[in-house]
Amino acid sequence: MTNTEVRQLILDIIHDIAPDEDLSDVKGEVRLRDQLDLDSMDFLDIVMELRKRHQIEVPEEDYMELSTLDGCVTYLSPKFAAKGAGAAQSA
Amino acid sequence: MEHFDVVIVGAGMSGLAAGVRIAHFGRRVLILEKHAVWGGLNSFYKKGGHHFDVGLHAVTNWLHPGYRGPRLPLQRIYRQLRIKPEEFALEPQTRSSVVFDDARLVFTNELDHLTEEIRRVFPSQVDGFVRLAARCLEYPEANANTPHVSARRILTEYFSQPLLIEMLLCPLLFYGSAEQDDVDFEQFVILFNSIYREGFCRPRRGVKQILDVLVKRFEELGGQMRRKCAVERIEIADGRVAAIIPEKGEPITADVVLSSAGLVETQALRTDVAANDALAGQLAFTETLWVLDEDPKKLGFEDCVTFFNRGDRFAWRRPDEPVDLRSGVICVPSNYDHEEPLGRNLLRATHLADHRHWLAIADDEARYAEEKAAWIARSVDVVGAYGAPFADRIQYTDGFTPRTVRHFTSHRNGAVYGSPNKQKTGKTEVENLFLMGTDQGFVGIVGAMLSGIAMANAHALAPKEAA
Repeated sequence: MTNTEVRQLILDIIHDIAPDEDLSDVKGEVRLRDQLDLDSMDFLDIVMELRKRHQIEVPEEDYMELSTLDGCVTYLSPKFAAKGAGAAQSA
Repeated sequence: MEHFDVVIVGAGMSGLAAGVRIAHFGRRVLILEKHAVWGGLNSFYKKGGHHFDVGLHAVTNWLHPGYRGPRLPLQRIYRQLRIKPEEFALEPQTRSSVVFDDARLVFTNELDHLTEEIRRVFPSQVDGFVRLAARCLEYPEANANTPHVSARRILTEYFSQPLLIEMLLCPLLFYGSAEQDDVDFEQFVILFNSIYREGFCRPRRGVKQILDVLVKRFEELGGQMRRKCAVERIEIADGRVAAIIPEKGEPITADVVLSSAGLVETQALRTDVAANDALAGQLAFTETLWVLDEDPKKLGFEDCVTFFNRGDRFAWRRPDEPVDLRSGVICVPSNYDHEEPLGRNLLRATHLADHRHWLAIADDEARYAEEKAAWIARSVDVVGAYGAPFADRIQYTDGFTPRTVRHFTSHRNGAVYGSPNKQKTGKTEVENLFLMGTDQGFVGIVGAMLSGIAMANAHALAPKEAA
């Protein structure tokens, strides 16, 4: 899975959680909660959606890695790679 | 035995919201509902060719279009349940009022309007009101560990005129206190913000609009619901739920059980304890719905909701008479700011009632019917004073008493707001049995949905290792 695909997959999750947010210009290096109206419950939902859709577990001590879109890509890409190409379909 | 990840007792607002949330994350979830129809305290029915809602006066927590700011309750519900605001189709109130013998305060969905009303009617108290409103706005989020503090006591720090305290409390106690004559200050703050700051709204098609969204979503997500399927008992062994025994059908097992039946009502289902009836709520109501031959507004009922009280002191307690006609809530659904006219001339009035009386005559059908009709006739006279006499405009009447509430919801004493002993964490002495709904958190449609969501997150969806 490419970085662009991982990035899109995160944006898809955020769109489903917060459909009223404009995601057309999300900056990769800026904290998500500084550019979008997301609170801690929404962040927990991102983690839960990753588990549900992609069987990827994010332990609590790693939540900070998901604070920016670039951070999500860096942190999640190896996890997707480890799962192999075939396992990434939605649950 | 049939096994589920989660079994939910009760298909009311909390049970359905919890069910949607749990099913969304792929857990196997079953809702057991004793009644033929879902909704619990916020249900609907058809009688005499008329569709009625049970108990829906207003949905609180109106979300102003374009609102930006700290997350509000309805926004949380929409996000957590992945529901779009237009699905609930909420439309705002026009105005409501609190009417006592010597004063009247109109409130809308703009807090400034109420501030100006208080400046007009109680000029010396307006600074106190502004400070109180600011404290309610800045108040930290509800916390399970906050000790109970009397709201009445705190209000005397802000106001020197007792009449204003009574008038401000009247709608808030009517819409959310299970405690007699008072309310916990933390709950006061939530009610203040829900009613005076955010305000009232109503789903275009009544409560069924919200319920239809929740039920449809729940079923699409693979959730199962069994109606006319009361729980006979919850078997407890070694501090855990061993099995749920329905009145009909096979026993069921579950990793987690979420009960919206109520604190005492859930105790009554458990095999390890006896129900402690001393904890049951004391506040019950009678409610009457009248179909009129004219638009209530044209007759003089111009509010969406009128909270009235005769006398200076508002008695929020179980009355000694079968019905307490000194106070009440009058509701006119067609006065909401509906996009299209509602096309129904419906008037509704609610009064406090003594559940002991109505349950004592519950089995004497003739006497029950006769007394109910007599009290409804007296209510027509009382309510008429807040709009116009309407006895000769009535086309159809239906009403309920604490007997009706007990029958359809199992609530002890027919107490709509449940036990005054709220279990804020939802935990019980049984490791995998939790409370939600009325006796866990907050009342009303929004409060109940939030309770279901919070309890689902805390007890049914938390990662296994942390549970």
